[in-house]
Amino acid sequence: MAMEVTQVLLNAQSIDGTVRKHAEESLKQFQEQNLPSFLLSLSGELANDDKPVDSRKLAGLILKNALDAKEQHRKFELVQRWLSLDANVKTQIKTCLLNTLTSTVADARSTSSQVIAKVAGIELPQKQWPELIVSLLSNVHQLPAHVKQATLETLGYLCEEVSPDVVEQDHVNKILTAVVQGMNASEMNNDVRLAATRALYNALSFAQANFSNDMERDYIMRVVCEATQSAELKIRQAAFECLVSISSTYYEKLAPYMQDIYSITAKAVREDEEPVALQAIEFWSSICDEEIDILEEYGSDFTGNSDIPCFYFIKQALPALVPLLLEILLKQEEDQDQEEGAWNIAMAGGTCLGLVARTVGDDIVPLVIPFIEENIAKPDWRQREAATYAFGSILEGPSPDKLLHIVNVALSFMLSALTKDPNNHVKDTTAWTLGRIFEFLHGSTIGTPIITQANCQQIITVLLQSMKDTPNVAEKACGALYFLAQGYEDVGPSSPLTPFFQEIVQSLLTVTHREDAGESRLRTAAYETLNEVVRSSTDETAPMVLQLVPVIMMELHKTLEGQKLSSDEREKQGELQGLLCGCLQVIIQKLGSSEPTKYVFMQYADQIMGLFLRVFACRSATVHEEAMLAIGALAYAAGLDFAKYMPDFYKYLEMGLQNFEEYQVCAVTVGVVGDICRALEEKILPYCDGIMTQLLKDLSSNQLHRSVKPPIFSCFGDIALAIGENFEKYLMYAMPMLQSAADLSAHTANVDDDMTEYTNSLRNGILEAYSGIFQGFKNSPKTQLLIPYAPHILQFLDSMYMEKDMDELVMKTAIGLLGDLADTLGSNAGSLIQQSLTSKDFLNECLSSKDHMIKESAEWARLAINKAISV
Amino acid sequence: MAPHDLRRPFKRPAISDQQRRRELSLQRQSQNRRDAQQQARCLASSVLSLQSQYPDPVPELEIEPESQPQQEAGPLTKDLDIRQASKLRGPEVRKWFASQLMLPEWMIDVPDRLSHDWYVFARPAGKRCMVVSSNGTTVSRERNGSILHHFPSALPSGARTKDPSGSAQSYCILDCIFHELDQTYYVIDMVCWRGYSLYDCTAEFRFFWLNSKLAETGACDAPSHYHKFRFSTVPVYDCDQRGLYSAYIESVPYAKDGLLFYNKHAHYQTGNTPLALVWKDEKCSQYVIDTDSKGQVLSQQQVVLELQEDGKLSTSDDPPVIFGCLDGEFIQKSGLQSGSLLKFAIGNGGLSFVDGKLEKSDLNYLGKSNRARMFADSYSKVIFQYMVRHTPLKFDDLLASVSPSDDEENKPCDVEMVD
Repeated sequence: MAMEVTQVLLNAQSIDGTVRKHAEESLKQFQEQNLPSFLLSLSGELANDDKPVDSRKLAGLILKNALDAKEQHRKFELVQRWLSLDANVKTQIKTCLLNTLTSTVADARSTSSQVIAKVAGIELPQKQWPELIVSLLSNVHQLPAHVKQATLETLGYLCEEVSPDVVEQDHVNKILTAVVQGMNASEMNNDVRLAATRALYNALSFAQANFSNDMERDYIMRVVCEATQSAELKIRQAAFECLVSISSTYYEKLAPYMQDIYSITAKAVREDEEPVALQAIEFWSSICDEEIDILEEYGSDFTGNSDIPCFYFIKQALPALVPLLLEILLKQEEDQDQEEGAWNIAMAGGTCLGLVARTVGDDIVPLVIPFIEENIAKPDWRQREAATYAFGSILEGPSPDKLLHIVNVALSFMLSALTKDPNNHVKDTTAWTLGRIFEFLHGSTIGTPIITQANCQQIITVLLQSMKDTPNVAEKACGALYFLAQGYEDVGPSSPLTPFFQEIVQSLLTVTHREDAGESRLRTAAYETLNEVVRSSTDETAPMVLQLVPVIMMELHKTLEGQKLSSDEREKQGELQGLLCGCLQVIIQKLGSSEPTKYVFMQYADQIMGLFLRVFACRSATVHEEAMLAIGALAYAAGLDFAKYMPDFYKYLEMGLQNFEEYQVCAVTVGVVGDICRALEEKILPYCDGIMTQLLKDLSSNQLHRSVKPPIFSCFGDIALAIGENFEKYLMYAMPMLQSAADLSAHTANVDDDMTEYTNSLRNGILEAYSGIFQGFKNSPKTQLLIPYAPHILQFLDSMYMEKDMDELVMKTAIGLLGDLADTLGSNAGSLIQQSLTSKDFLNECLSSKDHMIKESAEWARLAINKAISV
Repeated sequence: MAPHDLRRPFKRPAISDQQRRRELSLQRQSQNRRDAQQQARCLASSVLSLQSQYPDPVPELEIEPESQPQQEAGPLTKDLDIRQASKLRGPEVRKWFASQLMLPEWMIDVPDRLSHDWYVFARPAGKRCMVVSSNGTTVSRERNGSILHHFPSALPSGARTKDPSGSAQSYCILDCIFHELDQTYYVIDMVCWRGYSLYDCTAEFRFFWLNSKLAETGACDAPSHYHKFRFSTVPVYDCDQRGLYSAYIESVPYAKDGLLFYNKHAHYQTGNTPLALVWKDEKCSQYVIDTDSKGQVLSQQQVVLELQEDGKLSTSDDPPVIFGCLDGEFIQKSGLQSGSLLKFAIGNGGLSFVDGKLEKSDLNYLGKSNRARMFADSYSKVIFQYMVRHTPLKFDDLLASVSPSDDEENKPCDVEMVD
């Protein structure tokens, strides 16, 4: 048997497809027939030093995959499966795994350490395998270096896999001690030191207590800093990674070390090899991230404070840091702009400079301006590009007042550089910088406009001209035009872009047809810019937007012509359809928002819907998200007329609601159900059984991303409002779900901002559902069906009021629901409301709210409650 | 444990246009949801406040002249509400709209002075609806309150054309019948015109205004881009012999469904009114005797009545007419609630009258009525249907009542008022 496994595992890696497939089949069969024996023989294979390394590695990999999966649902199943295995079998497997750590074959050790971490990830939270950490720690003190190395690596993976709260502090201390000792300069074996350094990266999140202890923290920081000076590149790189991680995890503990860290990082940036230098720059970017977050907290109205104080590290480092970053801007690589996914020290430096500008604001301007002035007109393209990039990088952060003067001076220079500079790289950065100027310094909020009647024509001419340049430059020119248009979004009835509208649209369409439009994301940029131009258009250009409809429809039609596509072509087709549907969505939303254009547009509705249905038909299993979004906009515009599309469209709606994997698609479809409810009102009734079934399934699924659940509740409200008392038959399913979700949201400890935000969105969804249901049943003889649910709802409102953690939106929805409940149930609700603990206080608080929407809902609630009580 | 990827977005905006499209969609959707809920509430609160203002849901101008100042606000508030509510959605709105039309009683006897005080015209067959044009759009609602069409029209403010004359305030409310065959709205009454309320005007003035104003807007023109349906007036006659005969016999572009009689002096009054009357026979209507869903004449006349709290069965009239009573045990056993609309057949015992008043009726319970029904039958409808089956009021009877001899005898001084 054992021999057989070896051969099968080797065959499974054969270059001969038939052999490979056959072997994979056998493995699958073996697993299905007898899982324990399958796993045992794999662990035996992995542990056996007499076996070929390839079969051992694959054995380990299959073991690992038998313990974990990316997809949550599957992962859960695998965990349950492992836990239910016979204890003896598990012990044998674990013994094999631990034994493998002493193997002389590096690949076997490394594979085994990953599998051990996966088993630990399952068992430690269950308080199983208590001896694991002790036995690993005893390994660390063994003599052979390779065992030490493998053990440290295992500890690293383990820290990545399990959460800190399942490991007792005593063990944490011992793990950290072992890891930091392994990192120490006194450790002569580089493999051990590297494994230890990488292990520390994962173990940092376990070290809360240790970082609060000055002595321990000093020791850890000293060892990490020393490791950045190792002769071995990989160790230096791993050590800087630790510093980056420390900068975000223990920001508030860093003050005593910043001086040293600055010296270390500056030296690395200037002198070390690129992988190390990049990590050193990342340290400063990461500090910027932290300080931007903290300062945002300071500035926000919500708390007016932050849990962590700002130490203004960046502000203090500014005089040294900015010259360092400017210096490395000159280390560009040729053609970096044409390369997808390129990342080098100049790019990292510019990105960091942008973050520094956002962190310190005005203070950066005088430090960068001399560099720009000195280099912007130099013969060496590197200097011109670096100067331009520096300029573009600091446009976000400083106040417009501080920048307007230099921007006005620079604008005409930039426009001429974009047309005349011989270097592609410089033009790319120039176009990008123009985009940044328009993004941050152009728009109704800026006092003195930088785009005036005098230069508007020139700016547009230059940008349209640049759209004929190489794809990377053209893409940036499109981006600049995007922000130029965006700045005119709320310009009023007459837009300065009107005279150029036709020309702009034509140029963008021409770009989408360029043969090289697939490069540098150019086609996408052109359509996105077209979208923004449409969004910011005014009534003056509505006829031209209307003319665009058949043009885009024709483009979409063309994508449906091709037959028998390769998978690559199919993917491209899907992308292009996405862009076109996105564009149509924007157009529909624009034209649908005003009555006259809507009527004219609606003449295309049948054809457009036909195209969307054909786009759906291109795929078998999924629906196209962009087409779905566009249909939502169409339903909104079409109103009752949308009913005629429902028979053909319904199956795709259902398909979208079934898409657990791509939860965005599911979420978008749920939104479209709401659009259709409002469009069709009671005419949606024939489809409600199917839709409700699907929505209820979605809610019960543990595969579906949680963010989709609140909108599903809101959607219940949309349906109930549309079909009124016909919602009766769904009450017995929907109400218990709403009640248990309400209970859940009332008793959730809001550990962090994400959780608080989620809880509030869940509450909002639940409240909207109830509101829709109550409003839908109003004046129906069946209102008494809702009476049994009222006490629970009032308790829910009480509990939220007492928790005092509702956000404005929840508060508004909640007080509105109180009104709806009173309005629909009348005297039946009157006494319940009078008896409820907090309704009166809640109402009074909302009535005196400064928030207009809360107050408005509260006025309504007061009226309805008074009436309910007086009857 | 490989080094971690530390690439950051380079020369990229922080948010993709796709994400932006998603977010804008979500914004629009939640805004629409908020609007829908807010509007439902607004309407409810305006109805709530109307109710508290007027304990009597149908203010009777003639009966309570002393409360004149308050009454004056009535129609004004009402047409304002209709205009604002026309674009609203939801069951509440439908219910509310259902009570906004003036509903003619059925002619069960011939009113006095028919030839002097009444108009007559042939009722077009089709869906009775309220058409509201306002803020660049036009909405029509059927009798049960549901939206029939939402469309652009040449009515004032009925479409967003660059018509400089149409101010935002210039809305209209028309009482129409939508005739399927030629897709035309036949305007049978005018309730509001260019923001000017006609609730308090006599039918005489309303019809005059309707005939002189409607055509000048272009609403009677053939459909076009900004005018999806044609509107048309109907020929209205003084109810003298010639007029009555013309309305009955003369061909019109639409299928007739009986004759409508309007009292010239009556204001536009919502709900059932005896100042507008409908009459039918086989010659001028396909739908004289009630039929089942397949179009078959029912062997027994059926009536829909509303169950009151005390078990009494009433019509939709105000005040209601009581047709009978269900005993409490039966109500409980069948799980019926007060307010339910119930269907009955009139048995062989028929209806008995004493001094023109209903005294006894032989009702057999059939079940609950169709859910689409909003109201019970009116007394006049039941009696008209009963008469059709037993002793119909014939056209000759109508003609006889407006004979010139009769005319002259009664009020010769009125002659100069007839044109």
